[in-house]
Parts: sequence; C-alpha cells; structure tokens
Amino acid sequence: MSVTILAVAEQRNGEIKKTSFETVRKAREIADGLGGTFKALLIGNSINDTAKELGKYGAGSVIAVNNDKLTHYSTTAYTKVVGEIVKKEGAEIVFFPATALGKDLAPCVAARVDGAVAADCTELKIEGGDIIATRPVYAGKALIDVKIDAPVKIFTLRPNVFPAGEPSGDEATIEEASVDISDDDLKAKVTEMTETSKGKLDVTEADIIVSGGRGLKSPDNFHLIEELADVLDAAVGASRAVVDAGWRPHDEQVGQTGKTVSPALYVAVGISGAVQHLAGMSSSKYIVAINKDKDAPIFQIADYGVVGDALEIVPVLKNELKKTLGK
Amino acid sequence: MKIAVCVNHVPDTETKVRVASDGKTIDPSGVNYVLNPYDEFAVEEALKIREKNNGEILAVSLGNDSNKETLRKVLAMGVDKAVLLKAAAEQDSYSVAKAISEYLKTYEPDLILIGKQSIDSDNSQVGGLLAEFLGLPSVSVVVKLEIADGIAKAEREIEGAHEHVELTLPCVISTQRGLNEPRYPSLKGIMQAKKKTIEEVDAQQTEPRVKIIGMKSPPEKQPGKIVGEGPDAVPELVRLLREEAKVV
Repeated sequence: MSVTILAVAEQRNGEIKKTSFETVRKAREIADGLGGTFKALLIGNSINDTAKELGKYGAGSVIAVNNDKLTHYSTTAYTKVVGEIVKKEGAEIVFFPATALGKDLAPCVAARVDGAVAADCTELKIEGGDIIATRPVYAGKALIDVKIDAPVKIFTLRPNVFPAGEPSGDEATIEEASVDISDDDLKAKVTEMTETSKGKLDVTEADIIVSGGRGLKSPDNFHLIEELADVLDAAVGASRAVVDAGWRPHDEQVGQTGKTVSPALYVAVGISGAVQHLAGMSSSKYIVAINKDKDAPIFQIADYGVVGDALEIVPVLKNELKKTLGK
Repeated sequence: MKIAVCVNHVPDTETKVRVASDGKTIDPSGVNYVLNPYDEFAVEEALKIREKNNGEILAVSLGNDSNKETLRKVLAMGVDKAVLLKAAAEQDSYSVAKAISEYLKTYEPDLILIGKQSIDSDNSQVGGLLAEFLGLPSVSVVVKLEIADGIAKAEREIEGAHEHVELTLPCVISTQRGLNEPRYPSLKGIMQAKKKTIEEVDAQQTEPRVKIIGMKSPPEKQPGKIVGEGPDAVPELVRLLREEAKVV
C-alpha cells in the first residue's frame, strides 16, 4: 500500500498565506518522489472556496474541515482535527509551514498521533525511501541532517526557503470532513486578534527586509528605515542593540534571540554584525551592508557593501530606488 | 499555587559553533553555558505570579551536572525548589518532554512555564509536547499574561498580530521576549541559593525519535564587494541589485 502524505495549510480570515503554498508544493514533490497519495488539509469555517486555491500549487484534493467553532485558532481544537484526519487517512507523513500556527500545532499533533517533528526544515531529500531533513540549529550557526524514526513523521518547513512556484490553472477537489468539537476541545481558544504591524509584513514572511542598528544614532532616525522599506515593499527589522535600547519593538529583532530569516534581500543599515545577529540572517540570498566602519563583520558576509554614514546614504538610496522602480 | 518552570542550560549567543569530531554535536571547548534566554522570561513570570498569588515555584532541568549552574541561578533569582533530571546526552524534544512530563505528574503543578524555544536546538516543541503528554491546554510564544480565577489570559505573538488566548488552568505557557524584564539575582538570593539542595532524579529514558545523522557548518558566505563609499556609491548599488542580483 502506498504511503499517504498530508500537508496542513493555514488560512487567516479566509486567506491562504504564501507559506502554505510553499509547503503544499514541496509536500507534493516529496509525495511524487515516494509514489504516495497526497492531500492537503485546510481548517476553518466556510473555507471550501479558499481551499480550492491550493490546487494551483499541487494539491489535487483538499480535505476541508468547516466548523463555526474553528473560525478562530484553538491549539486544542485544531490539534484534535489534525489528529483525527491523520488517523482517518492513515497518513504517515505530515507537513506544516513553520509559521506561528504550524510551530504551535505540530508538536501537539505529534504527541496525539504517536509522531515526531523535524522542525523548521530548510532542505528535504529522499534517500532509500526515507526523508532526510536538513534543519538549522544554533540559529543557523550549524545545520543538522535528521531522520525521523516514528510511526508518523512530521516536518515543518521554514518560510521563504521552498519556492511556491507559479500557480497553475488547476482547482482542487474538495473533500468535506467533519470533526466534532466539544467545549472540552476548546480549553485554549483565541478570543480576539489585534494587528501589531498595521498591515506591514512580518520579517519572517518578507522577501525583502531592511534592518536598522545603532548606526542610525537615534530612534528618531528610524523613519529612514521605514521609508526605505516602503519603497521596497519590505519588512522592517532591527538589531538586538536597538531593541534592548527600547528604540524598536522586540518583534522586529533579527538574530539568535529574535527571528531567523531567509529573505531574497537583506539590507543591514548601521548594523556592525554581532555573531548572534549574523546567525539570524546570513542565509539571506543577497545581503547589502551600509556601515561607517569598513572593518565591521557585516561586510564579511555582505554581497554588496557601502561604507559611510547611514544617515547620509539611506535617503539617497531611497530616492534612487524610487526613481528606478517608478514609485 | 504550584508553578513548575522548565529551564535549559545552553551555549550563550556569543558562541561560535564548531562541529565536534563525532560529526553530530558541537565542540564544547571554550563554550560558555547559560540559562536559556527564553527560559529567563519563564522564571521571571513565575516569580511575578507567586508575588501576587503566593505558592511555590519548582524549577526542572534535564541534563547532567553542569545544569546545576543554571538551577543555582534560578534559585538565586527566587525559585523555591530545583530538580535535576539526569539524562543521557542524546535527547530530542520528544524524549525531553516525555521525561519532564513523567516527573511533573507527581508534582501536579497548576501552571507550567517554559521558554518558547531553546537557543541550541531551536525546536520550539517541548511546551506543546509536554502539554499533550499531560493532557493540558497550552499557548506558545506568549508576550503578555494575566492569571485570575483559574483562567489564563495570554497574548501570543503571530505574524503581524497578537492572538488573545484564554485557557483553563492547569496549562502550559511558553514565553517570548517582551513578556517581562528578567531580574538579576540579588546578593541575598545568591547566598540563599547556595544553601538550597538541588534534588537529583534519574530521568525516564525514551529513545529520541529525531535521529541526527550529521552536523555541518553552513555554507560559508563569500565576502562580496565594497561598492564604494558614501552616497556616491548608491547608483552603482542600485544597478547591481537590479541587474546582477535581480532582487529589486
């Protein structure tokens, strides 16, 4: 009997994020490589139309679980749903995006279905019928190759690493499944959601990040970073030094005690490049460094460096990009 | 109120990682080990909750004798009791959570606090696994917490937003930077901690399920070019980003 592979996709307010498309695409590729049966799973309320979207990224069929008690995320209820679907489908391999939801849910599901999780994977390959996953440890200062030895093998995939590819014209077939949710399953539930970024991108999701450090000299100069980020449709990041100093909120911090990121372009402005910061961003595809000190460690890993005062360079860079990009 | 706080002993953030000769672990020579930064928030939060609700805090750490340094530190911060679960070197999130859950079944805490991840293996899994093994609800990546009348109200950080989560106690809360400002141990605390006994128990052994095949250094990034100095270098930088890197 062929192996069944499941990819758990995520929607928020009826919208599927790019990270779920990335996960579905990669999971499909692995399923094809193993000659297995592949299905995606989407959980929420009235999400059948949303679920069809997943077809464009390789999901031939999507199991849709609709329930008004699942409109908002609940670790306990979503764990029950995924657990029951995994058992019902006899899935032996399960993928999640390594988003806030995926990272929260995957270990709970693992305990429920006698599984284990390889978290935040950045590479997957098939060797002799087994999946070998590569995952960063020590915030990317080292990489480990792992193999899961458990009845259900679960992988969470780091955002922005596996390409979602171009959407096809395919629409997924929807298989509706129902799971009973009692009050006991809602021991933990989301009662409200507050936006923190005013519609701006989170650093973990962004293709481009513009980060600022002490070289900006004062929190009042951070508007230069925000404006440059605006021109590039980028997220704003920060070094630990400026977060510790209270200049920026901690959710912008990139580094070992902040967020580990892998965007296509990382612009480090006035950041010298402490070991713990470099660990969090050195897997970015392209790195630009703007720093006064030509000996700063950040230049050791930067593809393009400009030596000089960030306060003088950033406004010029913003205008030049605006002109070039026609904004 | 009985609070359990799980603490890990990890290489500090300044550590430059070198792969050891076994090809699977890091070379520990010259590495400075500290209380896992995210667990510091868990300890601080436990102390704050005890200040309001009274009760007792037990710190649990799984590892070997060197973990006593971290347990000593949290005792100095104000934790009441500490236990070292002695375990083999090779562990994964599953085996760690299993061992801690087995121990905590006998302690029966009202609340379990743990850092959202250890900065060594970066798994972010033990909180969730622990909750499930104990049949408790959990919330992860918490930046705000209020506890009253058997209910925990937590704010959890997600992409670009905060989820406000309500859970019934007992529960497992995993803590994120921003929740509080961990205190430094006082001199009095350090003196008192020296007198306290760290209980030692053999951890229940479970075979790790995520097997490490090998560890390697990340591909080394070649230093690129200095495009130039000052604002004059900007047009060339933009050209390179467009034509060579093709990222804008």
